[in-house]
This record gives sequence, structure tokens and C-alpha cells, in this order.
Amino acid sequence: MLTDFGFILLYFIIGFVFVGIGILTAAVLRPSHPNPIKNSTYECGEEPMGGAWIKFNIRFYVLALIFLLFDVEVVFLLPWAVVYKQLGWFAFIEMIVFVVILLAGLAYVWAKGDLSWERPRPYIPSLRDLVVPKKD
Amino acid sequence: MNEILWLLLIFGIKAIIIISFVMLCAAAFVYLERKISAVIQNRIGPNRVGPFGLLQPFADVLKLFLKEDIVPKNANRFYHSLAPIITLGVAFSVFAIIPFASYLKIGDRVIHMGIAPNINIGFLFVLAMTSVGVYGITLAGWSSNNKYSLLGGLRSAAQMISYELAMGLAVISILLMSQDLTLTGIVEAQKGLKWNIFLQPLAFIIFLTSSFAETNRSPFDLPEAEPELVGGYNTEYSGMKFGMFFLAEYANMAAASAIISLLFLGGWNFPFIYEWLGFANGSVELVLVQLLVFLAKMLFMVFFFIWTRWSIPRFRYDQLMNLGWKILLPLGLLNILVTGIILMYI
Repeated sequence: MLTDFGFILLYFIIGFVFVGIGILTAAVLRPSHPNPIKNSTYECGEEPMGGAWIKFNIRFYVLALIFLLFDVEVVFLLPWAVVYKQLGWFAFIEMIVFVVILLAGLAYVWAKGDLSWERPRPYIPSLRDLVVPKKD
Repeated sequence: MNEILWLLLIFGIKAIIIISFVMLCAAAFVYLERKISAVIQNRIGPNRVGPFGLLQPFADVLKLFLKEDIVPKNANRFYHSLAPIITLGVAFSVFAIIPFASYLKIGDRVIHMGIAPNINIGFLFVLAMTSVGVYGITLAGWSSNNKYSLLGGLRSAAQMISYELAMGLAVISILLMSQDLTLTGIVEAQKGLKWNIFLQPLAFIIFLTSSFAETNRSPFDLPEAEPELVGGYNTEYSGMKFGMFFLAEYANMAAASAIISLLFLGGWNFPFIYEWLGFANGSVELVLVQLLVFLAKMLFMVFFFIWTRWSIPRFRYDQLMNLGWKILLPLGLLNILVTGIILMYI
């Protein structure tokens, strides 16, 4: 006997096969005349400067870490919400303790400034500053 | 054995109907978007292909099929091709758990109007699928090996994970009201006029805002902000692969409107008309009326999405992050707290 999850898996397969058929049909129908200029990376008509696989802002990683913590929190809250009325005040207080611990984490991140996108650039002294003293 | 064949047959029919429905929705919404934006901007909009330009989206898709597929030589070919497949496939799969009406009774066989609307994880499935959707866009951004694409993909990933939290928190207060995780149960809990939009207005606002961000629609369309990022994550896509991102965007919009109508607008519930019509449970007439009510609500939400896009300018990125983390997340927690306390006293 197929469960609901079995049907969802079958539906997934049908969906992806449908998308695959779309890609294949397009591959048969479309023309293909590649040339080096057409296949170069698009940079508004300029010659591309270097690749794009570079180091990017560390803040995206921090954000992903915070997200992971709170997403797990949301997943724990879902079953709690479903049986809330049966458990009563006990469940309510338990969950407040759990959420407050996580909120302390959010407050910490907030105070550290990881949630604000605009941050002043830290001052890094360089040799040039020693030779040519800053005006201010 | 015979039973399994019957189930598979019914499933096959439902799956084909739902997939064609999603594709048709995407095509219709492209047309609606162009026509409504034309009305808002005092233009005429598409009017050449077919009556009132109704065949325009089909002509567009046909054109995309015939266009050359350009893959930049520095791109990672495998992930470059995989990304649109993931994005559109995920957009389809959300519809697996959406109930379009209650149920149909033929003989002693109960047919649910959806692939698996009574699945026990219910809304968790929607959250999971939207998370997988992030992969498609991030992979597209990274694999193109283009600076605009990379930035667009990163922005999109950060934006979608930030607003997913607020979305989840808004849903938890709905679950507190319904005490049921399945979407059918949530709809049944809103019988008559007990719609969650009236009982949980704050959750509705949070959820609505987050679904705009989740579907990358304006005013949260920073991943494809034209003035700064050319086309965002789909800069290096052309032909049908671009078309898949395009269709996925509208399929996601359809899914978001369907879920908003189920969670907040009472799904197929409508005051008085069912008592007035008096159809039996499980009859074809009842299912048809429910389907019409549900589709009308969904269409209204789609109109709302389009209306907002052409009325409100784009946010700045820091404003977007502030709204998600510093306003919507605490508000969502506060809403759960207040709902919990009130539920204890009634």
C-alpha cells in the first residue's frame, strides 16, 4: 500500500520528468551556433575582468548560522503548537524558557551588529599612513 | 492489487491535472501581470496575439523553445543546467499538499482534491520545499561564473532564509488556533467566517510580507534588481532555461497565493452560501462550488501580488534585512506569546 509520502514521491518524479521533457524538447528544436565572443561572460559589453568565484562577504555566513539556529527553533515550535491546548500552562512556560534562551542569542547578535547591513569599515593602519600623516 | 491500480489511476489523473493547472496558471499570470501593469501605467498592453492578446504567453514560450541556449565558457555546465530544473521542479512540488476542495465521494470511495492534502507533516512540507528552492537560485548564481549572477544568488539566498523564519513563526500562531498540522484541518478550523485574517491580522501581515520576499517579488525583488545587477541570478541564462526561471517565478506566486488563501482567507469556506445551496457532503456540485470559491480567493491574491509590484518601489538591501530580522522576527514571537495567553483563557 502506498502512503501519502509515496504519492508525493511519485508526483515529484512526474514533475521532474515533465521539466526534463521541456529541456529536451528545447534542445532538439533550438539552433546552436556558438562562437567565442558569444560564449564569453557578460559584463555589460566590457572585457570580463577575472572570474566571479571570489571571496565574498563573511556576513552571509554569519546570517546563515543564525538562520540555522532559529529554523530549528521554528521546527520545534510546530509540534508544540499542535498539542498546546492539551498540555496547558506547563507547555507554555516550557516554551517560554526555550524561546528566551534563543532570544538571548538574538540579542547578542543584534548588539554585536551582525544584523545591520551597514557597518563602519574598521580602521586598518597601513605604511602609507605613517609616511603621510592623516589630515584630521 | 486491483485497489492499488485504482489508486494509481486516480493519482495519475490528479497529477496531470495539477501540473497542467500550474503551467496554465503561470501562463495566465504572465498575461495578467502585463495587462494589469498596462492598465496601471495607462497603456494598452499585449493585444496582437489572439483575442485581447490572450495567446501572448504561449507565443512567448514557443519563442523561448526556439531560442539558442548560450552557456558561458567559464560556467560550470552541470550546475548551470541543473539549477533551472530544481527551481521549476520545486515550484511544482509545493502543489502536492494543497487541497483544492474538500473531498469527492463516488460510491464508497473518497477522493481527496489534491495529491496528499492529509499528509501528517502538513505545513512543514511547504517550509521544506521553499528551503530547497533556495538551492536552485543559489546554484544558478554561482555556476554562471558571472559577478552579477553571484551577487544576485547570494542576495536571494540571504533574503529567502531571513524571511522564512518570520513565515514559520506566523504559521505557528495559525497552528495554535487550529490545533492541526494538515492544511485540510487548518481550513476546517476556519468554518463560516472564522477566517484567520480576522482572528490573526498580525500573523497575516507577517506572512504576506514574507511571501513577497520568498517569491522574490517586488518590493523585495533585489536578487534581480535591474539597475545594479543587470538580471541578477539569471543574467547568463537564455532560451528555455531562462523560461524555466520565469515560469517558476509565476508558479511560486501561484503557490504562495494558494497557501495564503488556505491559511488566512478560509480556503473554500464562505459564509452562508453552503447553507443556502444545501449540497450534500462529497457531492460533485459541492466540490465544484468549493473549487470556484478557492480559485476566486487565489486569483484575488495573485491580483494583489501584481498590484503591489506596480505600486511600490524596491527596498534597499539594508532596509530589507532590518525588516526581516529586527521587526518581523520579534513581532512573530510576540504574536505567538499573545495568542498562547489568550488561548489559555478561552
